[in-house]
Amino acid sequence: MATIAEKYVKSIDGLTEWLGWLSQMLTILVVFIGFMNVVLRYTGFMIGVRLTSNMIIELQWYLYALVFIFSFPYILKHDINVRVDFLYGQWPKRRQVWLDFIGNFFFLIPFLILGSYIAWPAILQSWGVRPDGSWGAMEWSPDPSGLPRAPIKSMIIFGFFTLLLQSFSEQIKYWWYLRNKVSEEILQEKEHEEPLRIE
Amino acid sequence: MASATLLGLLALSMFVFFFILILVGYPVAFSFAGTAVIFTILGIALGAFNPNLLKLLPSRWFGSMNNFTLLAIIFFVFMGAVFEKSGLAEQLLTTIGIVLGPLRGGLALTVVIVGTLLAAATGVVAATVIVMGLMSLPIMVKYKYDHQLATGAIISSGTLAQLLPPSLVLVVLSDQVGISVGDLFMGALIPGLILAGMYGLYVLVVAWLKPEKAPALPPEARTYQGWGLVRRVMVAVVPPLILIFAVLGSIFFGFATPTEAGAVGAFGAVVLTAMNRNLTWDLIKKAARSTANITSLVLMILFASTYFSIVFDGLGGQEYVKSLLTNLPGGYWGFIIIANIAIFLLGINLEFIEISFIAMPLLVPAARELGVDLVWFSVMMAINLNMAFISPPVGFSLFYLQSVAPPEVKTIDIHKGAIPFMVLQGVGLIIVMLIPETVTWLVNLSAH
Repeated sequence: MATIAEKYVKSIDGLTEWLGWLSQMLTILVVFIGFMNVVLRYTGFMIGVRLTSNMIIELQWYLYALVFIFSFPYILKHDINVRVDFLYGQWPKRRQVWLDFIGNFFFLIPFLILGSYIAWPAILQSWGVRPDGSWGAMEWSPDPSGLPRAPIKSMIIFGFFTLLLQSFSEQIKYWWYLRNKVSEEILQEKEHEEPLRIE
Repeated sequence: MASATLLGLLALSMFVFFFILILVGYPVAFSFAGTAVIFTILGIALGAFNPNLLKLLPSRWFGSMNNFTLLAIIFFVFMGAVFEKSGLAEQLLTTIGIVLGPLRGGLALTVVIVGTLLAAATGVVAATVIVMGLMSLPIMVKYKYDHQLATGAIISSGTLAQLLPPSLVLVVLSDQVGISVGDLFMGALIPGLILAGMYGLYVLVVAWLKPEKAPALPPEARTYQGWGLVRRVMVAVVPPLILIFAVLGSIFFGFATPTEAGAVGAFGAVVLTAMNRNLTWDLIKKAARSTANITSLVLMILFASTYFSIVFDGLGGQEYVKSLLTNLPGGYWGFIIIANIAIFLLGINLEFIEISFIAMPLLVPAARELGVDLVWFSVMMAINLNMAFISPPVGFSLFYLQSVAPPEVKTIDIHKGAIPFMVLQGVGLIIVMLIPETVTWLVNLSAH
């Protein structure tokens, strides 16, 4: 019998993995579209016909935004983070987990809630909600044949929300570990490659 | 009551709080975010922070999502990941090693040259140092190279990846400083090449004065000769060179924006891999995974640090630091020297990402007020980070190399080996400081 907590962790971790996969595929797509954009722009330039449109150019921005937003929960789950680790690295696993558990509780989770709260009015406004509550037109790109802005702006909240869901899942797993209910392995499926360094 | 002292105190404690969090090892992104949340609440409770300022935040976040410069990160990281995972880097190293090996000091010179080329292709230090450490250090050890010279060459030339364009450091710096990334790329090119040239020269001088430290390879170690060797060079060295020059050249001549050049570079790296018959779906997926991870991480830190800086600014911190920095004794040069020392000291313990997001926004307003050329200033900061990166005992490149060095190479040798190269970097920094034209000449010449 799986408890509610177990079901929650399983389904949210699954969702995060799926979003991570989506982000990975979109990365490949964005490289391809980025290249096509260049090819079209310069071929068009040479034959004197405009082959690109603002739509394709904006599409690559949108995809880039989706790439990093969809990976937000993924990098939390896999603990892909920049840390100063000359103390942290020496600590026993238990103390590291305590730090992350308490830190996420007091810092990460409040930030995600507050951040969504701050972004919310701006996103509503972009969908066309006026201060008096009536609805106007949705915000579009100012350029001809550009894309609508409101959906992509809403993705900020989506990113914060999925990250919040994943951070609850992490907290549950940390708690299990600290109560000696599970072994270390469940905590983080680290990347199996070399550790990530971004320099 | 929001008196000036209270404000200054709050802004200062915000920094202290943040530093405590990152020093105990809490992730940098969440430390920024958490500190900002705590001080938003504190500031509002004490009447020191105007909550209306938070309304600026969503538009800043949207700005980072629709940012054409930051879009370049995806392309350059992908290009570097493909180079690293496809064996293109290893091929460069072995082939140039065979060409130069018979020279005294040839293997170390190979490391410097390949390090420079890889730096111009990847922009990721860890990848360059680790690939060269794995591939060339065992060979140099086998042929009785001095361990300090061998490791010093690998560390210093691998670390050039963050200085030579297209580097992740420069993209992030340009965004934080508010200058064109194309200008910063061009500005960093000559100083990067000056450093590379000095490393190469140093290796040759050591090999000439003390031949036993850098012996030539015996003839039997040369697996390719004559036309076979020429063919090998044409296959392994020339195509990556063309790609690197195409990417940098198109930025320089203004044919393409850095973002467009990055897209072409990323696609080109895939094509080169296909030409080498190494292209697999698995490789593309792995490169895409690490690209998505790095992009997401950088943007998460950016989102959090934007919030941090709005709160810090709201508490009057920015203004306070600016007045402090513009009133330094010595004015212009006093500021330049203090900024260099501060970034170097910070760089020993922190990664570039913290530095670009914390220190640069503090320094830039003062630099602007004092009339400092921001491209020149950013390049100096990047050279400083380069020094900090290889400074014993905690420079990051040292750790990367330690993690892959063969057991007979002692840690103390890696540390000692870095020192002469740090001195060279110091000389490079002074050259750039005294002759700003090393930076500005190419920027003015290029078609921007």
